[in-house]
Order: sequence, then C-alpha cells, then structure tokens
Amino acid sequence: MTHVVGRDHGLELLRQMLRIRRFEEKCAELYSGGKIRGFLHLYIGEEAVAVGAIPCFTSEDAIVGTYREHGHAIIRGTPMGPLMAELYGKANGCARGRGGSMHFFDAARRFYGGLAIVGGGLPVAVGLALADHMQQRRRVTACIFGDGAVAEGEFHESLNLAALWKLPVLFLCENNLYAMGTALGRHQSQTDIARKADAYAIPAEAVNGMDVLAVESATRKAVDFVRAGHGPYLLEYRTYRFRAHSMYDAELYRTKDEVAQWKQRDPIALFQQQLRDEGFFTDADLDNMETAIATEIAEAVSCAEMGPWEPLEDLTKDVYTPAKPAG
Amino acid sequence: MAKITYREAVRAGLREALQNNPRVFLMGEDVGKYGGTYACSKGLLDEFGPERIRDTPLSESTFVGAGIGAALGGMRPIVEVMTVNFSLLALDQIVNNAATIRHMSGGQFSIPLIVRMATGAGRQVAAQHSHSLEGWYAHIPGITVLAPATVTDARGMLLAALQEPDPVFIFEHAYLYPLEGELDESGLPVDLTLAAIRRAGTDISLITFGGSLWKALEAADQLAHEGISAEVVDLRILRPLDISTVLTSVRKTHRAVVIDEGWRTGSFAAEVSAQIMEGAFYDLDGPVGRVCSVEVPIPYPKHLEDAALPQPEKILQAVHSLMGR
Repeated sequence: MTHVVGRDHGLELLRQMLRIRRFEEKCAELYSGGKIRGFLHLYIGEEAVAVGAIPCFTSEDAIVGTYREHGHAIIRGTPMGPLMAELYGKANGCARGRGGSMHFFDAARRFYGGLAIVGGGLPVAVGLALADHMQQRRRVTACIFGDGAVAEGEFHESLNLAALWKLPVLFLCENNLYAMGTALGRHQSQTDIARKADAYAIPAEAVNGMDVLAVESATRKAVDFVRAGHGPYLLEYRTYRFRAHSMYDAELYRTKDEVAQWKQRDPIALFQQQLRDEGFFTDADLDNMETAIATEIAEAVSCAEMGPWEPLEDLTKDVYTPAKPAG
Repeated sequence: MAKITYREAVRAGLREALQNNPRVFLMGEDVGKYGGTYACSKGLLDEFGPERIRDTPLSESTFVGAGIGAALGGMRPIVEVMTVNFSLLALDQIVNNAATIRHMSGGQFSIPLIVRMATGAGRQVAAQHSHSLEGWYAHIPGITVLAPATVTDARGMLLAALQEPDPVFIFEHAYLYPLEGELDESGLPVDLTLAAIRRAGTDISLITFGGSLWKALEAADQLAHEGISAEVVDLRILRPLDISTVLTSVRKTHRAVVIDEGWRTGSFAAEVSAQIMEGAFYDLDGPVGRVCSVEVPIPYPKHLEDAALPQPEKILQAVHSLMGR
C-alpha cells in the first residue's frame, strides 16, 4: 500500500526518525567512551514505529514502554537533555538518574516507563486504562511491548482482562523478530502475533513497521477505535533492529546477510527516497535537518555532562512518599 | 466495645472504605458473586455494584498489575489476592513494579495501592496452601507490610492504609477470620507506625505478629501460672518495623523469644533477633530465642501439621530453656 504524504508532514516524520537515530548513534559512542553504563538497548532500525505511532496519542493519553524506549520518549516530547542526563545517571535526568537507559519516566507527559521486565508493563497499562474507564475519561493507554513478551503469561492475562472489561488500551507489539537472541519461530508455536488477539476477541492488524506512513495510518485508526469505547485493539508492527540486542551482544544468533537484507528496508533511507521522488526534498534540506539535530544532540550531551550527581544523602529519598508534616 | 468476628471487621473496613471514597474499588478472585473466599466481601457486590466490586479472572499477576496501573491513574484500588500462596504468581508486579516505580522514577509516581491476602497454616490444607511469606514481603523496600492480629486492627489498619500514598500489603491470617474480638469503636484512626504491647510483663518478652499472637498470649497465660511474667509484643507492622518498642520491652525484661510462623532460616524472626542483638545486646541475660515453623512443606495430617507450626507448648519450652527451668 502506498501512502500519500504532504511535504511538511513528510519532512517532519523524516526529521523525527533522524532525531532518534542520531541520538542513539551518539549513545553508542558515549557507551564506548564509558559515559553511559549498564544496559543500553538501541532502537536503530525501528524508528518508523515510534515516529508513526506515538503522535497518534493525545497529551492526555498514557504511554507504557519497555527497556527499548528511547525513541518513544523522544517522540513523546521529553527533551533530549533530560534523556541524555538520565543515560549518564545524572540528577537532572528524566528520572533523577535512578533508572538509566531502561527506565525513562516523565509524569508531565504521562510516560510511565521504561519498565524492563518483559511483559511486566502490560498489566500496568491495563490498570491505567481501567482507571480511565472507571473515571469516564475518554483517554487511551498505549501499551508497548516486543515479540518476546507474547510468550509471557502476562500478555495473555492482560489481553483477556482488557477485552473482558472492554478497557481503552491499545496493545502495540513491536515485533523485531528476536526475543533477545531467540528468533520468533524458535519460541512461538504461532508466529502470527496478530492472530493471538483473536483468542481474546480483540481486533488486530499486522503492519509494516518499516513504513512510517503505514504505521501512522494503522495506529490512528486503532486509536480512534479504542477511544470510541469499543475496547482494546492490537497492532503488530513488523520491524527489525539493526544493532545488537544490547551493547553486550555478539549476535551469534543471526547472520550478517539477514541484517544486511533488512537494512535494505531501512525506514529512514526508504522514506527519504520517497520524499525525494515526490520532489519534497533536496540535499540542502537534509543538511539543514542534520545540522539542527546535531546541535540538539550536542546540547543534550552538554546538559548531561554539566548535570549534577544526586547527592549521597538522597540515596533513599523517594523509596516512600515523605510523610506530610503534622497539622 | 462490640463483639465481632475478624472477617466481619475486615468487611466493616471494606464497606467504610467504599462508602467514604468513590475512587475506592475492590477487585480479586471471587470477591463479588461468591462473596470472598473467606466471606470478607459478602454483600458488597449488591451494595456497591459490579463496577466497584470486580470479580477477576485467575490472573494474579495481571490483576495486581492492574491495581498498580489503576492507582497510577488516580483510583484507590484494594486488590484481594485470595491467599499468599497465589501471590507468588504476582511477585513480578509486586517486586519489580509496585516497590520500585516511585524511587526509580525519581519520585514522579506514587502507587497508592492496597493488596490484601490471607496467610498462614493450621487448617489442614497441605503444603501449597499453608505458606507464611509475609517475612519475604517485609524484605522489600518500597512497600509497607501489615499483619493485623486483632479485630480492631483488621478494620482499622485497612482504613489507615487508605491514607498511605504508597503500596501497602495486608496479611490476614486465615485462622483469625472466625475468631471474635472486641472492636474498638472509638472512631480514632489506628496507628500504622507502632508495635503494641498486648500484655505487659517483666520477665521475658514474647515478640510476635499475626496468627501467632494468640498462641503467644496463651503461652503467657500459662507462664503466669508458673510465676513467670511475660510481656507480649504484637509487631503489627513488619515494614517499617517499630524496633524501638521491641527494644524498650527487652531492656525491661532482659530476655526475648520471637515467634514467627515462617520457616526458621531467613525468617522475619531472624531479622527481629538480629535487631535486638544490635540494639540491646548488653541488656540481654541470654540469647534471643526463636519459635518458628519446622523446615518442611506443611503436611496435611493434623498431628504433623501441628508439629510443624509454632504452638503454645513450644513457646513454653523456649521460655523455660532461656530461663534455665
């Protein structure tokens, strides 16, 4: 299916995908330089999903993400400075530096993580949707998870409960074909993930996750369906991560050929070509875009570099909510 | 003071909570039509309707997680996990989400969630339905762990927990539900910070909580006949532990036995004992004693189950041995 896009919107989608990619390329570099530690799961290759999907939600809606959530947070609108500071572990990070790469949080944008146990975000998303349902708010909760999560009991329990109670949650499966290093066909008896929703009477659709316009159009439709009060919906975005699972991964489980094949479908390169073909786009446009993004990232790095470390005396702050002063 | 059973006290607390706050709702397995496995929510479905009394599928992880999400979304959920045994299926949500999100988000999100569950053995339901794991839960920072042992606490701790901004886990010993007690109807809120002296004494401190409180009180009665004055401390709150009430008691009696239905190794009794050692070592006339469950899956036959669990006679033995009698 060919999707038509206007010039301004097309350039915006391209710019947003590039923001994620350049941000994460910088993350990889900073990881090698020792500035970022712990686990770092890059989203490179999957950018079309976040860029197509996240803007379909309003600021009132909620987003529940996974440990591969940099792209979603960027597109949700959290400035890169606090995100990079979080990766550094600095106190000006979006979670005071307590979570790092896997645990971005942003209350102002209703971004509920950054939850890093596979499948663990689904029940929480169902609960957020339950709260909206019980308070008669016409909000939608975006519940993002990967293909690995469909093997978890929480996936099946959550789909069942959301459908049973007709809750306004949109299940967004980013199927990048690997649960860490285990290929989908090696862990699922039914590899057509969208079909699993049928067992819970949830409408579902598989989407080309390398095509930002396809993602956008399918997600918009699904959000409308859920917001109209018809209950949950599931989208399976078929995508691919170009980088290793995390920075520790030797990638023994897939061939270089396979990765090269998928890189032919690079969502950014393809979309860039589409815009050029439409005549929307020149080398100068690209240069301007890249320059602006490079500046934004440089400022984010500087924000992280200059950010303070959380003082040791705050180590146990926020384990519990501080008691209200008496009287 | 009115006589009331523990289960009626829990139900009274639930009803008041539902009446007082429209954001409160109850969900769990068989809390609605069935009326609650232990009949704690009997009648509440008729009174409050299916939006607020929600029967869930047997999906512990998801309905506990949904409680977390609903709390994040502005509701005041009370989640009933039928028993502690089934809460093991929800440990991911409890340990990885409920307990961490506030700190890990830099204080951006609080989770005002209550999770109630029955705990304990003593009813001949064998190894998979007889766990006492509140000590495990007390290990986890980020949550509050309550063990109401009296009817006043059964009602009052629930209501007090609704004022807490963070997750609270309430362990109700299944043996207590049919027991009657005097309900304090003063209307004063129940305190959620202090242990309680249930019986004052001067010779030895019996430190316990939950279902074991009544065994400790029975032992104390017996000891009184022998001329030993035992003080019985009901911890009430396992996290955060009120060690200062314990230390005050031990500094007075100079001897302590901790009674805990959990298994001895790594038990909550071990924690209490260690804190007594740290805080009152030089006040002790002897080592801290422990009466815990025997390290065995709890068996079905009554004589074996009785032998596996703390009993008043075992408490007496521990006291005698400590006092050189």
